[in-house]
Amino acid sequence: MATTTPTTPTATPAPAHEHGHEAHGRELLHHFESAQQQKETATLGMWIFLVTEIMLFGGIFMAYIVYRWAFPDVWAEAAHHLNTPLGAVNTVVLLVSSLTVALAVNAAEEGNRRRLLTMLGITLLLGATFLVIKGYEYSEKFAHCAGAANPVAWVTGGARLGESECLVPGRNFIFPEAHGAEGAEAGHGTADSYAQPQAGLGSPYQLFYFLYFVATGLHAVHMVIGLTIVSILTFIAWRGVITPTYYTPIEVGGLYWHLIDIIWVFLFPLFYLVH
Amino acid sequence: MATTALPQRGYLHDDTPNLGEWIRSWLFTVDHKRIAILYLLAINFFFLLGGLAATFVRIELITPQGDLMSSDVYNRMFTLHGVIMIFFFLIPAIPAVLGNFLMPLMLGARDLAFPRLNLLSWYLYMFGGVFALSAAVLGGVDTGWTFYTPFSSTYSNSNVILTITGAFIMGFSSIATAVNFIATTHKMRAPGLTWFRLPLFVWAMYATSLVIVLATPVVGIALLLVAIERIWGVGIFDPALGGDPVLFQHLFWFYSHPAVYIMILPAFGVISELISTFSRKRIFGYEFIAFSSMAIAILGFLVWGHHMFVSSQSVYSSLVFSFITMLIAIPSAIKVFNWTATLYKGSISYRTPMLYALGFMGLFVIGGLTGIFLGVVAIDIHVTDTYFVVAHFHYVMVGGTIMAYLGGIHFWWPKMTGRMYNEIWGGISALIIFVGFNMTFFPQFVLGYLGMPRRYHVYPEEFQILHVLSSAGATVLAVGFVIPIIYLMLSLKTGRIAGDNPWEATGLEWRTSSPPPTHNFEAIPVVTTEAYAYPPEAAARDAAEWRPGSPL
Ligand code: HEM
Ligand SMILES: [Cu+2]
Repeated sequence: MATTTPTTPTATPAPAHEHGHEAHGRELLHHFESAQQQKETATLGMWIFLVTEIMLFGGIFMAYIVYRWAFPDVWAEAAHHLNTPLGAVNTVVLLVSSLTVALAVNAAEEGNRRRLLTMLGITLLLGATFLVIKGYEYSEKFAHCAGAANPVAWVTGGARLGESECLVPGRNFIFPEAHGAEGAEAGHGTADSYAQPQAGLGSPYQLFYFLYFVATGLHAVHMVIGLTIVSILTFIAWRGVITPTYYTPIEVGGLYWHLIDIIWVFLFPLFYLVH
Repeated sequence: MATTALPQRGYLHDDTPNLGEWIRSWLFTVDHKRIAILYLLAINFFFLLGGLAATFVRIELITPQGDLMSSDVYNRMFTLHGVIMIFFFLIPAIPAVLGNFLMPLMLGARDLAFPRLNLLSWYLYMFGGVFALSAAVLGGVDTGWTFYTPFSSTYSNSNVILTITGAFIMGFSSIATAVNFIATTHKMRAPGLTWFRLPLFVWAMYATSLVIVLATPVVGIALLLVAIERIWGVGIFDPALGGDPVLFQHLFWFYSHPAVYIMILPAFGVISELISTFSRKRIFGYEFIAFSSMAIAILGFLVWGHHMFVSSQSVYSSLVFSFITMLIAIPSAIKVFNWTATLYKGSISYRTPMLYALGFMGLFVIGGLTGIFLGVVAIDIHVTDTYFVVAHFHYVMVGGTIMAYLGGIHFWWPKMTGRMYNEIWGGISALIIFVGFNMTFFPQFVLGYLGMPRRYHVYPEEFQILHVLSSAGATVLAVGFVIPIIYLMLSLKTGRIAGDNPWEATGLEWRTSSPPPTHNFEAIPVVTTEAYAYPPEAAARDAAEWRPGSPL
């Protein structure tokens, strides 16, 4: 079929397909008929995979909905104790990285290797920044459990936290306001009967942080995978594998990166902004 | 057809100089046919293991007392059985073995879209299997295959996390396979192979893959939450801490009801191929069968609540779920009616695969109809968690999926190995399985209706006779499963050379040599006809030419 129709719209340096596989680019796998088919297949495969990723987070969103429905007040209150400014910065970081990935795809399409490498590099940096900030946020929570005011103080043995607070789910969980006598006051309506604080553990406040840690943790795992993918892309782009006729890896990797961003765009308001 | 001479290089052809190379040529293969063989071996191994656990369960139930094992060991035994059979046998069986082998062949492609992903899926399967097995070796799990919370998340003292990890990893193996099948069906069809010329097996695999892709991640996350809950104990499923144990059931059945269609849809696909081939007739109502697969895939996502009629679900939801459960029986029935109509005036030959197909039809009808009983809220509340449910799902899973799996293995065995199996033994063991199966599971309907609860190893004396009958049937069934293993293995050495198309079937897979060359086709075939293009008078001609002992 490929002999009669040009397979790619862009100017192909190689002449029409002659005999044998050497006529194709090195990257055309043997079981595909044309580069076009290979590209479409790879892209479709990634889209299907993204659907499963969405369903994976869908389970967590479902749990979120159920519990937010059951404990609306708890949710509103608990969200105050997340570091919203840092979350907002992270959102911006990721959105910009989405832009740079899109630009990388564009650069690959135009065959601009320098710009491609630059954009991938910036994406890597932004992704790493995100993880560092996220890591800081996590460590803040752990530092509070250890009684330190912030992670630095935790390491250096500096300032102590005024009131006891521990928002890491587990045996030591303490939610400041809900503790003690205020438990009865905090619960309104239907949530009332559930919202009684339990000795030692925290009451449904803990559920909020549990979901927070699981959702953002799972997201962070995806970030690590995404960073690995972008690193590999950078490597092969540097090796010169990517050409205007063959940039599927950049496009497919870019799709994955966008998905990670989109999930964060949902996570951020759901956890940080519900108060 | 053209020539029956073996090709120069079938995919099984071994040209490796030494053992190390040989092992590498299998363990690092990206050929979908070799991967199918790897799956075949692994999956059958798990089947035998699950069968072993079932054997112990059935032995224990021969007497009303708990004499062979304690209730705790019994719990671990049926859980082992359930986990292995469902996650490591039934879900992957037909897609990973027959699907992997056949999809590219039926589509006229050289391989699946992502061969390396395909190999990865096998490794994930094995890796998940290692987790599940190590959980069993280290003492087992006692939650049942359903891992209900809060027992699994808070109270159980068994290897829940290991098992869950195994099931979780295995889920990603299914997803990899499904992504591959969907992409392959969309993009790798041979010239002229339009959607409505696809074999129904491909339609079935396509529908199955959609279900896998949409449902599996949800159970993945549900299981992950159970595991984290066990570690952190924060109470997401613990009512004492504000959590909701029923949430787990929702997430679990949102996957696991569709999962029953992951198990049965591929079986439908196999049966469509068998019925048409061995009736020598165009399948009746092709479009209806194709679309009913899609309808099942969609409706299957809307009925999970029928597993929760007694789990504090509101009666109104139960009513809705009950109604949709009835609806989903319609597409299943459409298929059965279409197969029956295909048989009508067909030139039916009772070869082993066809025996399995006919057995399937009878047993699946019983299984499906009892499913409707269970879908009626009032009846379900009476028989839920009894042997009635156990009998129902064994009729669909063993009577349905396993019959189809075995039928498919026999049907495509000549294509996979290039050799015929022994037809006489094939027929005998198919009959033994049919008889043994009914003897094992029919009494369980009665038991359940009389009130025998599932998952108990001590029971009132009056149930003993039915239990003994069931255990006796299980012995017959076991014999029926062992015989094929023997004659299929023997056929590898002594079987008659099959030729390209021993059944005179129509699919593209029969147009290449047996076993097929590594790249499947000498030249990519061009398709110009519908899928089951048996000449209209084929059945009549066969009937006229029939004489005792005719092969077809
Ligand atoms: C006609 C279609 C079907 C209907 C209407 C149906 C209906 C039901 C209902 C209502 C239950 C819940 C019973 C209870 O727990 O009280 C049930 C259980 C079950 N069904 Fe089906 N079913 C159908 C087909 C299938 C198929 C095709 C399979 C598998 C291949 C299957 C496997 C199962 C299993 C494994 C359970 C028990 C799960 C457990 O509690 O361990 N069913 N079915
Ligand atoms: Cu169901």
